[in-house]
Amino acid sequence: MSNYNFAYLDEQTKRMIRRAILKGLAVPGYQVPFASREMPMPYGWGTGGVQVSAATLTPEDTLKVIDQGADDTTNAVSIRKFFERTAGVETTEETEQASVIQTRHRIPEAKLREDQILVYQVPIPEPLRFLEPRETETRKMHSLEEYGLMHVKLYEDISQHGAIATSYAYPVKVEDRYVMDPSPIPKFDNPKMEMAAIQLFGAGREQRIYAVPPYTKVVSLDFEDYPFEATKAEHACDLCGAEDSYLDEVIVDDAGNRMFVCSDTDYCRSRRGAGHVGRLAQEEVA
Amino acid sequence: MYVAVKGGERAIENAHAWLAEERRGDTSVAELSLSQIREQLSLAVNRVMAEGSLYDPDLAALAIKQSRGDLIEAIFLIRAYRTTLPRFGATLPVETGEMACDRRISATFKDAPGGQVLGPTFDYTHRLLDFKLAADGELPEAPTAEPRQEPTPHITEFLQGEDIIQREPVSEETPGDLTREPMQFPSNRPLRLQSLTRGDEGFVLGMAYSTQRGYARNHAFVGELRIGRCAVEMEIPELGFAIEIGEIELTECETVNQFTGSKTEPPQFTRGYGLVFGQSERKSISMALVDRALRWEELGEDNLGAAAQDEEFVLSHCDNIQATGFLEHIKLPHYVDFQSELELVRKLRREAEERTSEQLGAIAAQEAAE
Repeated sequence: MSNYNFAYLDEQTKRMIRRAILKGLAVPGYQVPFASREMPMPYGWGTGGVQVSAATLTPEDTLKVIDQGADDTTNAVSIRKFFERTAGVETTEETEQASVIQTRHRIPEAKLREDQILVYQVPIPEPLRFLEPRETETRKMHSLEEYGLMHVKLYEDISQHGAIATSYAYPVKVEDRYVMDPSPIPKFDNPKMEMAAIQLFGAGREQRIYAVPPYTKVVSLDFEDYPFEATKAEHACDLCGAEDSYLDEVIVDDAGNRMFVCSDTDYCRSRRGAGHVGRLAQEEVA
Repeated sequence: MYVAVKGGERAIENAHAWLAEERRGDTSVAELSLSQIREQLSLAVNRVMAEGSLYDPDLAALAIKQSRGDLIEAIFLIRAYRTTLPRFGATLPVETGEMACDRRISATFKDAPGGQVLGPTFDYTHRLLDFKLAADGELPEAPTAEPRQEPTPHITEFLQGEDIIQREPVSEETPGDLTREPMQFPSNRPLRLQSLTRGDEGFVLGMAYSTQRGYARNHAFVGELRIGRCAVEMEIPELGFAIEIGEIELTECETVNQFTGSKTEPPQFTRGYGLVFGQSERKSISMALVDRALRWEELGEDNLGAAAQDEEFVLSHCDNIQATGFLEHIKLPHYVDFQSELELVRKLRREAEERTSEQLGAIAAQEAAE
């Protein structure tokens, strides 16, 4: 791969992306248009995140890539290999060790630090998109801070279903100004967004970058009498016993029995390494 | 009992190996060469160049071979390669009026200076499977004649002389570049044309067809359709003048559309324009029709609410690489989102059941009291 520049993109393109990132950090939650490039993986498969990571990585960085919280899901493997080949950076599966973490659909369970950057892959960056399909309209709504439509939607959910019927990509308001799509993370992860690390969001196909600087106020939209609630399956991890982590439900036999395991594979592994044992961990060892 | 979801890396490698084997097919059958694809599947090559936005028949042939003939996949390979190429500069605009035409027809005039030339067209072939081709593709040489030497001016120029067709606004402004700046709406005609010429042939065809069937109908005559080769010239800073650096094959279509006038424009003919790499007739005609439909605002026409008039709708959805990527991404794992939906639906059902049983309980209590 020596024909390609470090981290694949040419320096001009990286500079253009870095400008967009800086603008995004300066105006938290604002979607900055950028001239997204065609990448050697399909649109919708993390091209935005990949471009942001490529513009962020330096040769000294250590990269971790997760999809659904796991390092070993196929697309995470594919993206990690891409950077191993094109940037030659160190890679890791340990959240602690990583300086740049590219993620799809999850925020790691371990608390992130000031010297870490979390890069999200974003399919549809516009939180108002499913209420108003036109970009010309939604940009106007953001500039006028006109978010009534979103509150009406949440209200209608409550009046119809008795609860806000959004469980992932739950909209947030950043620093009391922009309503932002946190990407399709489960709403369980929303409270973690007020963190020490830099959060960058890349949407390749939609040509948008946005950002949340460290220690920025991020509030999940709700009502006083129907407060936001971060939910997860009411179980403990069957492998490591964790009660505070987001769980995947796995069907284990023909009778439809289920087991619950941490979606964050690194968190689960490190807990087991530290001697924590879940309900079914013994059987797995055997 | 629980099999950890491990081994993604090996699975991917093995899948790639299997894919390569499938691509090659039965090894007792001779392998396709790139020159065979380039010469004998040239319309596929043209489509890949047009929608891949890169004029290189050999690379397009390679992409078709690598993609097992999946043209959208081939277009994707070309686009991904194209982004990595350095830019040395821009050529001068090609002069399509000086095209060396292989084909040039007008549906609006029976004859015109330069003549009507059918060229290599499927148009009047009877679509009967030629079983002889299955056995042997050798054929006698086609008859030839001396090429016509006279110039072939654009047909619409003759209408312009009479001032009966709309004049295009003249602008010295350098048009934007779709591949260097993010598309933003409202857009403008140069960007619309850039987007349409690399847009999916099927999508653009469908949009054009919808205008013919009455969704923002604007009856189009093919004023002219021409296919041929144009010289590409570039100014070389060290030389201080332009030199020819090569030639490319293009298909150009200008439609002439009837227009009864609006609040701002007198009755006159108007135009739609299509220009596509290679021999790409269907695409360039479609492009011209959609271009014309998208010009409603400029011409002071009514917005009829038709899809083909809606710039944001057409341009946001005509790129097949964007569309196929996003469509196919739903194959990726979504366990986390699905898990949160599972919990939500279970919770809502539980609450709905509780409400129902409370109501039933209240009714039963009331009946008992009565």
